[in-house]
Amino acid sequence: MGMTMTQKILAAHAGLESVKAGQLIEANLDLVLGNDVTTPVAITEFNKIGVNKVFDKNKVAIVPDHFTPNKDIKSAEHCKCVREFANEKEIENYFEVGQMGIEHCLIPEAGLAVPGDVIIGADSHTCTYGALGAFSTGVGSTDMAVGMARGVAWFKVPSALKFVLKNKPAKFVSGKDIILHIIGMIGVDGALYKSMEFVGDGIKYLSMDDRFTIANMAIEAGGKNGIFPVDEKTLEYVKEHSKKTPVVFEADDDAEYDEVYEIDLATLRSTVAFPHLPENTKTIDEAKGVKIDQVVIGSCTNGRIGDMRAAAEILKGKKIAPNMRAIILPGTQKIWLECVEEGLAKIFVEAGCVFSTPTCGPCLGGHMGILAKGERSLSTTNRNFIGRMGHPESEVYLCSPAVAAASAITGEITDPEDIK
Amino acid sequence: MNACGKVFKYGDNIDTDVIIPARYLNSSDPKELAKHCMEDAIHSSVNFVENVKNGDIIVAEKNFGCGSSREHAPIAIKASGISCVIAKTFARIFYRNAINIGLPILECEEAAEKIEMGDEVEVDFSTGVITNKTKNETYQAEPFPEFMQEMFKVGGLIEQTKVKLGLK
Repeated sequence: MGMTMTQKILAAHAGLESVKAGQLIEANLDLVLGNDVTTPVAITEFNKIGVNKVFDKNKVAIVPDHFTPNKDIKSAEHCKCVREFANEKEIENYFEVGQMGIEHCLIPEAGLAVPGDVIIGADSHTCTYGALGAFSTGVGSTDMAVGMARGVAWFKVPSALKFVLKNKPAKFVSGKDIILHIIGMIGVDGALYKSMEFVGDGIKYLSMDDRFTIANMAIEAGGKNGIFPVDEKTLEYVKEHSKKTPVVFEADDDAEYDEVYEIDLATLRSTVAFPHLPENTKTIDEAKGVKIDQVVIGSCTNGRIGDMRAAAEILKGKKIAPNMRAIILPGTQKIWLECVEEGLAKIFVEAGCVFSTPTCGPCLGGHMGILAKGERSLSTTNRNFIGRMGHPESEVYLCSPAVAAASAITGEITDPEDIK
Repeated sequence: MNACGKVFKYGDNIDTDVIIPARYLNSSDPKELAKHCMEDAIHSSVNFVENVKNGDIIVAEKNFGCGSSREHAPIAIKASGISCVIAKTFARIFYRNAINIGLPILECEEAAEKIEMGDEVEVDFSTGVITNKTKNETYQAEPFPEFMQEMFKVGGLIEQTKVKLGLK
């Protein structure tokens, strides 16, 4: 029986000719990642093991991005502990404030993830790098600790769901709308323990930024990973960003899938997820009119340059609604600078938006845009759970950068097509 | 090994933001995290922190622990004194984390459906039998794969790693 793309990558990293769904394996890791929230716990666990060094100082990356620039004293203590560990262990890929960005925007940009890699990260959105044809998945701090010590992790080989994406999406239908549509269709546990493999002729119309967004939210459907085949766009991206050699894996023709879903991208509409689950999706036609207090454009889901351009195109020459707070968070320093150089920053500020340094910030209710009781935010982030962005009685709606920008102008959820 | 206690019952998709809100993640001290465990379970009829006692059990429906990878979630639950979490299904990172840190978890659809808030429940980990003393019922949970049972026996992933590296 054939293997899925994910199974092939895992087999190669476990030194096995083949693997099958359900098999427990130990796989070699190409990168172990952590942030300022999860790494302190991992350091405590690492120190219990009793090894002095990390397995490979070039294959560990630490990105303090959640509560940085340090939001309070306790966060500063965490960041200090992480910084000292990185220095002591001579970790090459430690990114200090000023070089850092939101980890899942930064790691591909820094060339640390390439096709064929196996990557674990103590952050659930580590599944983002599947966009590059890598197997990457979120784990906890103890897995990160053991990954740093031994360079391996245990995995139960996943079965897979296949999503065949067909045709070209309409102008304002982005990667975010596609993944929200899929989560609405299969539910927040629809891919539990499974791979989500995205294939089909529609992929050629998706930018790398769109693919990162789609793979990023595989976890919101419960998926172990999301993965795209490697094409010319992937290889071009890797060539531009990385010195590492990509290894291209393809699913076997006779690979088995638990389900196959066909999605006609041409028929999709902009999509919004209502509180308090990413599966509570409605099309823009059903969603429009909901009043909002705040808009957030950024995060590991939608903080890339394509997202910034999409928002700026709509905000250009416009003002946001009275009493609206629109917070724009480019994902990395490089993207921040591109926004300045391309004139996007000027568009944002002139429209009345906040244009911030990169941080996960408000996405997880950390800082830089916390909601009061009863307030409502429309956000390009990834989760709308109870209390996610602040008060337990606040609300988060999820959408694309285009919908967020259009809605910032009107003060209510708005179809970008309606902004003239 | 057995667990025995009073049940805190929850529904579907209890996410890690509800288990331990991110506003408390500037600490990684288990005792501090336990003070805010289940704080955003605002639709629950019983306040968790005010009522939880050592040995108590959490029972939930599907996809328990979905969302963030924060190990702070199973750490907060364990530090609250919870002896076992039973659910229809667990989100995969929570499942991994619980096993890695030695927080006992069991998947059992029947138990998740029939057990109610406040029931007295006993769990026999060697057989996977869950006894509901309040309702006089028993339910059979899926046994753990051997690989995971071995990890539990040695005390979690860190202890297992020490053995593998010859440091123990």
